[in-house]
Amino acid sequence: MSTSTEAAAVAAPSEAPTSHRHKKPPLSEGARADRKLAFLLCAPAVIVMIAVAAYPIGYAVYLSLQKYNLAFPNAVKFVGLDNYGAVLTSAYWWQALKVTVIITVFSVLFELVIGMALAELMFRTLFGRGLIRTIALIPYGIVTVAAAYGWLYAWTPNEGYLSALFNNSAPLTSTVPSLAIIILAEVWKTTPFMALLLLSGLAQVPGDLEKAARVDGATVWQRLTRITLPLMKSAILVALLFRSADAFRIFDNIYVLTDGGNNTYSVSILGYDNLFNALNLGIGSAISILIFICVAIMAAVFIWGFGAAAPGANLTR
Amino acid sequence: MFSSMLAACGTSANAGPVTLNFYAAPDVSGATAKVVTACGAQSHGKYTISYQVLPLASDQQRQQLIRRLAARDNSIDIMGLDVTWEPEFAEAGWVVPWTGSYEQQAEAGTLKPALETAIWHNQLVAVPDNSNTQLLWYRSDLVETPPTTWAQMINDSIQLAREGKPHYIEIQGAQYEGVTVWFNTMLASAGGSVLTPDTEHVSLGAPALTALSMIKRLATSAGADPSLGVQQENQNRLAMEAGTAAFELNYPFVYPSMKADKPTLFKYFKWAPYPEVVPGQPAHVTIGGTDLAVSAYSRYPKLDFQAALCLRDQASQLESATVGGLPPTLASLYSDPAMFPDYPFHADILRGLETASVRPETPAYQVLSIDISHLVSPPGGINPVSTEKSLVGEVNNALQDKGLIP
Repeated sequence: MSTSTEAAAVAAPSEAPTSHRHKKPPLSEGARADRKLAFLLCAPAVIVMIAVAAYPIGYAVYLSLQKYNLAFPNAVKFVGLDNYGAVLTSAYWWQALKVTVIITVFSVLFELVIGMALAELMFRTLFGRGLIRTIALIPYGIVTVAAAYGWLYAWTPNEGYLSALFNNSAPLTSTVPSLAIIILAEVWKTTPFMALLLLSGLAQVPGDLEKAARVDGATVWQRLTRITLPLMKSAILVALLFRSADAFRIFDNIYVLTDGGNNTYSVSILGYDNLFNALNLGIGSAISILIFICVAIMAAVFIWGFGAAAPGANLTR
Repeated sequence: MFSSMLAACGTSANAGPVTLNFYAAPDVSGATAKVVTACGAQSHGKYTISYQVLPLASDQQRQQLIRRLAARDNSIDIMGLDVTWEPEFAEAGWVVPWTGSYEQQAEAGTLKPALETAIWHNQLVAVPDNSNTQLLWYRSDLVETPPTTWAQMINDSIQLAREGKPHYIEIQGAQYEGVTVWFNTMLASAGGSVLTPDTEHVSLGAPALTALSMIKRLATSAGADPSLGVQQENQNRLAMEAGTAAFELNYPFVYPSMKADKPTLFKYFKWAPYPEVVPGQPAHVTIGGTDLAVSAYSRYPKLDFQAALCLRDQASQLESATVGGLPPTLASLYSDPAMFPDYPFHADILRGLETASVRPETPAYQVLSIDISHLVSPPGGINPVSTEKSLVGEVNNALQDKGLIP
């Protein structure tokens, strides 16, 4: 892209400066050919993106505006925003949103703190570095559903060792303990991923700065909060953004551990149940679109909140 | 996969028998597989039946069938439908109604409540295959005479608790279809129903209050298993076999299982009719089971009707009952001595089926059932007056296809 603008600037220098700032200079033939080539080169990727992302999203939007239940094929009709009204006035949606936000906030928070500690450990360890990194990454390598079944059996009375440890209790039969176990399973599983993202940020902090701070008499806490963390800002942002968006869409752990029972269903579980159990394509699609909007808002808040540290912020102009 | 492709080639060339795909629930007993082969052999080369096994969970069976039918999949010929799906499938136009001589053959000798599950808008839309109903199972070493009413049973259990003996009443209280069945049984036994006879409006009312009060009474008494809120049929069976319970409301599958697992307790493992909710009025236990339906997109509807009739004829049902443990829908089998060794309780089952209640018949049943199960479970959380009010609201929403399911 930059080459074509440079070429344009060279080709038409008189047009470039003061008077018509907002008007683009006409392109030379070579530049136009360049641009055409660029479009052609992008086209295959764009077509694939349209087929696998834009079309399904567009279709979901279309379905969300219909009264459409697979079991009532003769009652399909356009209802505008009625489905969104039904979802947003339903106590089930707000319950699901509450559960989802609780799981997202707590699991990401724990993952950030433990992940940071793990990253420091992986970064500073002097011997057995490869071994430690490998061991730390094992939970992330296990399929979520398989791990979830592990947790499920461990907490089943008369079967599992964790239930036995706690007086043969059945924590998955009431709301708060169930949520705690879901968060535990999430944290156990994805902390290594968080640690890995943070480790790459840690590696970017110049060692000299740290040494200088130490000479100046900064404490460990001061060095962490004044030097390491600010310099890692963009790595932390990426980690938080990825994990929050991921945690918000939580499905598999809940599906296996409680299947949404005892008010532990997340927005994704709610969407699944309405799509596949009630076969209500209209309501289910409206829920999907609302989840999409929630994730988009979350991403926007993170990027605005972190300002220039946002990934890609320095690439735009 | 390869064999079904070969079969498809064979049919298009009109050489040899047609392959009919029979989509039905898994059957570990092997009875279904045997019946399927036998019917193919009896057709004299007209057709063979290929048993396509659906997932174990009934929700997933329904999802798979509906996804295929919504896409007009013509590879489905005969379907085994749970007794609650008929209105939904019929209303959507996915099944071919039974008429003429097929209808007559389907109705001859079939138990009435079983037949009712297969009728939608005065049309027979499926043929009853097997049935199911619950009995009261109890320990004769703990209770001499089985209770005949719910109030008696709860009192017996409280008495046993005082004496420090096993006393739990095992029943399905988890948030799933089973708890809807329990509620429907209690409601029907109290003289009520979820829907009005025209199936278009909510009924509930005073009988629902009676039913909910009794469920709540059990849940808050010493008779309730602490795990009541998460228990399904199998957990009930295991608790009874573990020796912690005195009573169990469950299907007859618990009988052979007790025989095999706990011979010491089996000696005292007896049955009685389901207890009454209103003293003097026999209980109306919710009927279960499977009906066979012919897909509207099948290429061979005539053969499908013939095959379906064979799959549920006298010999097939006897096989399913004695090998698979499934109660028949043909009344005559209950007086067939071949049934007796495996079904010592045949007379009580027959009586239960003859007075059985049917779950609300509506195309919106699935949504309605989920709504009910969420309001009735956990049973300890019931507040009869406000729960009934919420039920009316949610059932109304379900009938109008409004709102979400949890």
